[in-house]
Amino acid sequence: MSFLSIRNLSVQLKGGQRLLRSVSLDVQPGEVRGLVGESGAGKSMIGKAILGTLPQAVEVVSGEIWLDGVDLLTLPPRPRRRRIGALAALIPQDPLTALNPSRRVGPQITGRLIDILGWKRPEAEARARELLAEVQIDVVERVLRCYPHELSGGMRQRILIASAFAAEPKLIIADEPTTALDVTVQKQILRLIAGMQAHHNTALLFVTHDLGVVSKVCQTLTVLYGGLVVEEATVRGFFNAPQHAYSRALLAATPKYTDPDASLLPVPDAVVQALEAQVAAADRAWHG
Amino acid sequence: MRLIKAILLRLVTTAVTLFGVALIVFFVIRVVPGNPIAMMLPPGATDADVARLTALYGLDKSIPTQFLIWSTGVLRGDFGVSITNRQPVLALVLDHLPATLELSALALFIAVFLGGTAALIGTRLRGTRVEAAIDVGNGMALSVPDFLWGLVLILLFGVLMPLFQISGRITPSLTLPFSTNFYLVESVVRLRFDLTRDLLSHMIMPAMGLAIPLAAIISQLLKQSLKEVMHLDYVALARTKGYGETHVILREALPNAVLPTLTLVGVQFTFLIGGTVIIERLFSFEGLGNMAIDAVINRDLPLIQGIVILFAVIFTAVNLLVDLCYAAFNPRLRHG
Repeated sequence: MSFLSIRNLSVQLKGGQRLLRSVSLDVQPGEVRGLVGESGAGKSMIGKAILGTLPQAVEVVSGEIWLDGVDLLTLPPRPRRRRIGALAALIPQDPLTALNPSRRVGPQITGRLIDILGWKRPEAEARARELLAEVQIDVVERVLRCYPHELSGGMRQRILIASAFAAEPKLIIADEPTTALDVTVQKQILRLIAGMQAHHNTALLFVTHDLGVVSKVCQTLTVLYGGLVVEEATVRGFFNAPQHAYSRALLAATPKYTDPDASLLPVPDAVVQALEAQVAAADRAWHG
Repeated sequence: MRLIKAILLRLVTTAVTLFGVALIVFFVIRVVPGNPIAMMLPPGATDADVARLTALYGLDKSIPTQFLIWSTGVLRGDFGVSITNRQPVLALVLDHLPATLELSALALFIAVFLGGTAALIGTRLRGTRVEAAIDVGNGMALSVPDFLWGLVLILLFGVLMPLFQISGRITPSLTLPFSTNFYLVESVVRLRFDLTRDLLSHMIMPAMGLAIPLAAIISQLLKQSLKEVMHLDYVALARTKGYGETHVILREALPNAVLPTLTLVGVQFTFLIGGTVIIERLFSFEGLGNMAIDAVINRDLPLIQGIVILFAVIFTAVNLLVDLCYAAFNPRLRHG
């Protein structure tokens, strides 16, 4: 059975617009799945629904989120939080805002181990050192005592990656982890995440709008449009022969380093209209 | 080096501030109508008596000359002699200061406790009726000034339901073992909790009157800041780690949300000390504020000057303390 299995998940603004329209999605143990789409397609919303951090104004209308054989949505809040905290982790988008500015780095890595998983402090600290070395930070002792503002963006993202892997989660959700970084740092961080994933054999749900990144890191991918799953494919299959017209348009719209002078193609109107019709049909089926 | 420079700069600005305050007070109270000599002498006094006494207190000289004499005295630690009490101003002021400091500190403690608790509860239960009730309570507490709260409290807990004392600082019949005027502090240090109880029973009503509006301000601002911080990424990240809402508010959000409130508490605390003037009068509380009103009524010029200077010193000290707290709470400011 899949480690993560989302079944017909629908999410909406309270009393308003639907954001996810009956999304189903599976991630096998150790699988790296890309989750791509334009902004507003609902890709980050899926990550938030899994981790239980949907904004207050957003509610789950229907569906199931099975994590390691348990439907999270049927659990009471506290056991749900604990289960998510023990099995899953987040690599956030913006390393500059994802660390608490008034706390030292060390406790921010060890907190989950000590408070949620009941580790002893020395064990947790040893684990933090080990992880910082693994994300190629060489001044481990100094960094552990630093406040976030004393470190660079790339350094902070390394710390957040280390922190995500701290409790050996079985699933990591990376929410556009390189978007906020310098292009030069992006590549190192991507390589680092891929390396850590392979080493720990963690399933990874990689949320991004960058198909180039998907082709480098992921094995499978899911394409979203307007909260609908448009296409599911292996990365190899997708880049060789995309099935959906929207997927073909997305690929055509991706700039190519090999041909910098080629014009960027917008998604054709006909494709967008077809997708909007699909979205409208999904909503009619829902209300109908 | 940087720190020493900052401290020096701070001392210089403080000195300039105090000089300005002294100058303004000195001139203003001599320009407003009312003659202290005339208030001292019996109705039958002759013009010659008035002239003699005026000369005795140096009030016949020009105002700038008077200021020069007084300010050189102050620099030597001599604030002059009170006209009504015939005692050195410095001793009088220092005698009454502890009562006011204890009252203000208690009021501040109550305000932070009530306001902080309300803010935390309001954030924990945001979007519910409890938060709405807290907002209504804040609005009510804010729309009534401290001295009116004093009157309301006198009516409620002094007259209708006499739970607390509403006059004076301590029951007069008690014999006091104190060697300083910090009665509350000393009663605790000497383990005389019977006296602590009596002192608190006298202080709780005026302190509440001072605290209620400040508590409302603290609650409003802190809740606002907390709710803003609750949307930030590191709070969301803490939630994914398995932490519950209460932990997230107290550990992740509060230390970052407390800074704007701290600044405001500093500013408002100085207003609170100003508020003691009327509150102390209302509750016949023998502190600096009560003495200030007597001094103004009697046109006791040296005493007024001494009290105002002392208030100014307290205000600058409070501001300094707030800045230090700021550095303690915000690691980003520590080396700046």
